[in-house]
Amino acid sequence: MNMPQNQQLKQAEAAEYKALVDQVNPKPTYIKNCVWAFVIGGLICMIGQIITNGLIKSGMELKAASSLTSVSLIFLAALFTGLGLYDELAKRAGAGTIVPITGFANAIVASAMEFKREGYIFGVGAKIFSVAGPTLVFGFVISVIIGLIKVITD
Amino acid sequence: MSAKKKGMQSVVFLNPPCLASWASIVGPKEGEGPWGNSFDVKLSDYLLGENTWEKAESKLLQDTVTMAMSKQGLGVDEAEILLAGDLLNQIASANFAARSLNIPFLGLFGACSTMAESLILGAMLLDGGFYQRVIAATSSHHYSAERQFRFAIEQGVQRSPSAQWTATASGAVVLEAGGAGLKITAATVGKIIDMEQSDVNNMGAAMAPAAADTIKMHLADMELASDHYDLIVTGDLGSVGAALLRQLFVRDGLVPAPNYSDCGILLYDEKQDVHAGASGCGCSAAMLCGPLLAKMQRGELNKLLFVGTGALMSPTTSFQGESIPCIAHAVAIENI
Repeated sequence: MNMPQNQQLKQAEAAEYKALVDQVNPKPTYIKNCVWAFVIGGLICMIGQIITNGLIKSGMELKAASSLTSVSLIFLAALFTGLGLYDELAKRAGAGTIVPITGFANAIVASAMEFKREGYIFGVGAKIFSVAGPTLVFGFVISVIIGLIKVITD
Repeated sequence: MSAKKKGMQSVVFLNPPCLASWASIVGPKEGEGPWGNSFDVKLSDYLLGENTWEKAESKLLQDTVTMAMSKQGLGVDEAEILLAGDLLNQIASANFAARSLNIPFLGLFGACSTMAESLILGAMLLDGGFYQRVIAATSSHHYSAERQFRFAIEQGVQRSPSAQWTATASGAVVLEAGGAGLKITAATVGKIIDMEQSDVNNMGAAMAPAAADTIKMHLADMELASDHYDLIVTGDLGSVGAALLRQLFVRDGLVPAPNYSDCGILLYDEKQDVHAGASGCGCSAAMLCGPLLAKMQRGELNKLLFVGTGALMSPTTSFQGESIPCIAHAVAIENI
């Protein structure tokens, strides 16, 4: 008989405490974060566009130029991760550095660097996709769904 | 009731063990903090010449224990037992340090409350007459904790404003039966308090109710006024947790408000980009074995209530949606 009442009391206490936490908790600096993300994310995309334009100008086809642009950005992100600079930038730029393809490269390289000490099989090999894995899995799932939609609508 | 048990959760020591010597070693970032010069050693390198963070943390703990003993001109083998723990899975740092130190060892896990836990158990073993000289120690390392609990070091992430920075630090206390100087007079073992907080980036909010409960129980059990202690210091609530604890003091009717501070706020400067402050076993351990005990020795503080706070969080259960169980243990240290 007493149990539900006790549970109710505990829930009420937890709810009351949650309200107190919400009141005390510092709010993230949303506007500042958005500006940083917009500027840095925008810069990364601009670098990509410059590379693409340069490649097209030198006579490359758009499709090949796009692929080479992605490869170049991935290389740059991996390099800056290795130099220990990418995380310093990401600390401020947040989504601006995580959403572009460079963020994906950073997640893979950072994991590979971190777990190298556990060896190449159980360290690097097993952990390299520990952060990037979900992006791959759900990327594949979505691409299959889009493929199916295309097959059906054709 | 036994003569040594007092109230619901507290114990008093009939033969209060003394804190014979202690040592603290901190990392480079902690050395730049406001209390940097109060620690025995400020490291210039996070790896301590080792090739993994885990080995570095283990060496940190081992060096701190050796230094605490050497301050009395003693070798580690002259201590009868080591009580130690840390944050890593299977308390790896403590196990490996104990392997090198080669003395009897009891490994403890109380997350960041480990310093208080080891002091309480050490004091009980001494007052119980089982041993004459016990070492209580703990450590944490920013990079070994980060890779286990959070992200790879070079991973680009934006930290939440309520997140805390795991300190690279270690503290060790040599406790002896009898003797003169600072003594552990009483202690309160905490219950696990879980207010259904589940944000792993806000450990302070999760731990504050546990600290409030243990402090309230300690004062009630010992029949003390809330201003009895010169200072009540919590382990690593950080700025968010400490603000919440102050509100909980008001709720619990602690009047006058205790003279209160938190090691997580004290360890770093606000400018050090650590968000809500420090955390980790080493945070409270180094603050105790660095500035706090030195202040007591100089007579600037005479009655200290040291409250270790631990968020007993497991990454596995957090991903499964569980809330964070928290604990706090209080140790009364007095200059008598």
